Amino acid sequence: MTTTGTKIPLPQQRAFGKTTRTDRWWLKPLLVFLGFGAFVVYSTWAAFQGTNYFYGVDGADYISPFYSPLLFGVAEAHPLISVVPEGGRPPWWPGWMPFSAAFFILWAPGGFRFTCYYYRGAYYKSFWLDPVNCGVGEPRKGYRGEQKFPLIFQNIHRYFLYVALIFIIILLWDAMKAFWFTDIDGIGHFGIGLGSVIMLCNAIFLGCYTCGCHSLRHLVGGRKDCGTCSGPIGKTYSCVSGLNGKHMMWAWISLFWVGFTDFYIRMCAAGIWSDPRFF
Amino acid sequence: MSKATFRISRGSGGDLTPADYEIEIGEGMVVLDAVHQIQYEGASDLAVRWNCKAGKCGSCSAEINGMPRLMCMTRLEDLDLSQPVTVEPMRAFPHVRDLVTDVSFNYRAKKSIKPFKPRKPDNADGTWNMKQEDVERVQEFRKCIECFLCQDVCHVLRDHHKHEEFIGPRHFVYSAALEMHPLDTEDRVADLKKAQGIGYCNITKCCTVVCPEHIKITDNAIIPLKERVVDEFYDPLTKLFRMFKPKK
Ligand code: SF4
Ligand code: SF4
Ligand code: FES
Ligand code: FES
Repeated sequence: MTTTGTKIPLPQQRAFGKTTRTDRWWLKPLLVFLGFGAFVVYSTWAAFQGTNYFYGVDGADYISPFYSPLLFGVAEAHPLISVVPEGGRPPWWPGWMPFSAAFFILWAPGGFRFTCYYYRGAYYKSFWLDPVNCGVGEPRKGYRGEQKFPLIFQNIHRYFLYVALIFIIILLWDAMKAFWFTDIDGIGHFGIGLGSVIMLCNAIFLGCYTCGCHSLRHLVGGRKDCGTCSGPIGKTYSCVSGLNGKHMMWAWISLFWVGFTDFYIRMCAAGIWSDPRFF
Repeated sequence: MSKATFRISRGSGGDLTPADYEIEIGEGMVVLDAVHQIQYEGASDLAVRWNCKAGKCGSCSAEINGMPRLMCMTRLEDLDLSQPVTVEPMRAFPHVRDLVTDVSFNYRAKKSIKPFKPRKPDNADGTWNMKQEDVERVQEFRKCIECFLCQDVCHVLRDHHKHEEFIGPRHFVYSAALEMHPLDTEDRVADLKKAQGIGYCNITKCCTVVCPEHIKITDNAIIPLKERVVDEFYDPLTKLFRMFKPKK
């Protein structure tokens, strides 16, 4: 910026946590910290299990969203590359490394959420305390923001979006399969189990989160100054903008629900819960 | 009538000490009324800037109980009056006296933004044609009253003092109003990335929280501009696409 070049005298930076705010400013960042923290711990644990990701009792076809699309896995889940028994590993996988089919999948939704504009703002506050909340002193003096290395790489977000959009289609496909049950004679028929509903909700919630993405909003019209030019483009732009306005809400709902979907299928597959069939 | 205590920062040139004033308060009073009452009851040298008392001139910005707010729009009934109410000057600008700060940084920052450059008129009489839907998007940004509360709360200015490299949320709103205008032909994206430092914004949204005009600063101005910066500087695919696109 072109200014006079002389440094202007400013008040001293406040010490960490120092503020004149009288409200409970620490509560929200703390809740976000606990919420994200719990999800990261659970999803890492679930990813390392490498078992109980598929439920096929009574002809059901439920696959955990953490493991779909399944590249290597049990035969009844129809893996795309090769069959690997429950708890086993492909022969070429280095012996010292733990194996789980989730490793091939989770980088995509993980990277998508990590670089999401909402999550960035939220974890910079709750985990990096930069700032911990508005008008509250920060722990560090130096600051690079996203202007320089390393956070400049957050600009990769739109590439994760492209992958995430493909994942939505896969999850919708999985949800459809969850409504299709195979009976003892090998004949498939429509049915509804609690798991089918949970998986459908999962695909819808993740869809609402993904379709409210800022990068998508830019792509479908935001990049143009006449982005709202009438016609289908204008409609898509206002649709995405509508979801974008609730992006934080969908980020949380879809985060909770995707974890819960994995948990539900895991519990059923482990034989701890049984999946009620309505139809 | 009940009483309330106001803890107001007094002093000049950044040398501040809090002073307590107890006054009688009445129904419907705002913080600016209280400050005026305090002036009237004896502190006649208490410096405060104000103008419209209607939330439209953007002069009475201060920090009330630690949050940047307009004094004329902060009702006492919304504050906890069992404690002293602190009223401090904004922290992102050089202090002058009491509640008054020197906000001239903002005028210089604004000058660094390339002005509106409309395309050739569409009609012989020098007028343009636009669709309402197309200008709607920038109308939100025109609500700005230049109170600079967003500048004050932004930690890039407030805590990290990047005034030389970062123009701040108010001026991203202004850039967005020009850059997204359907008639405008100027390109401000390179300036936003380099000299105006949009990358310093870490989208923590405090500016949006304090804006008295409820402009969605981060979601509607800053992030869309960041996306345009990505288009021009960080995305190899759009670069490639542009190379093959026929020039207009
Ligand atoms: S969102 Fe960006 S511009 Fe707004 S207060 Fe936060 S860092 Fe500053
Ligand atoms: S954008 Fe909002 S907070 Fe910032 S100067 Fe304008 S009205 Fe004030
Ligand atoms: S901004 Fe949140 S998913 Fe893209
Ligand atoms: S006095 Fe004009 S905005 Fe408060």
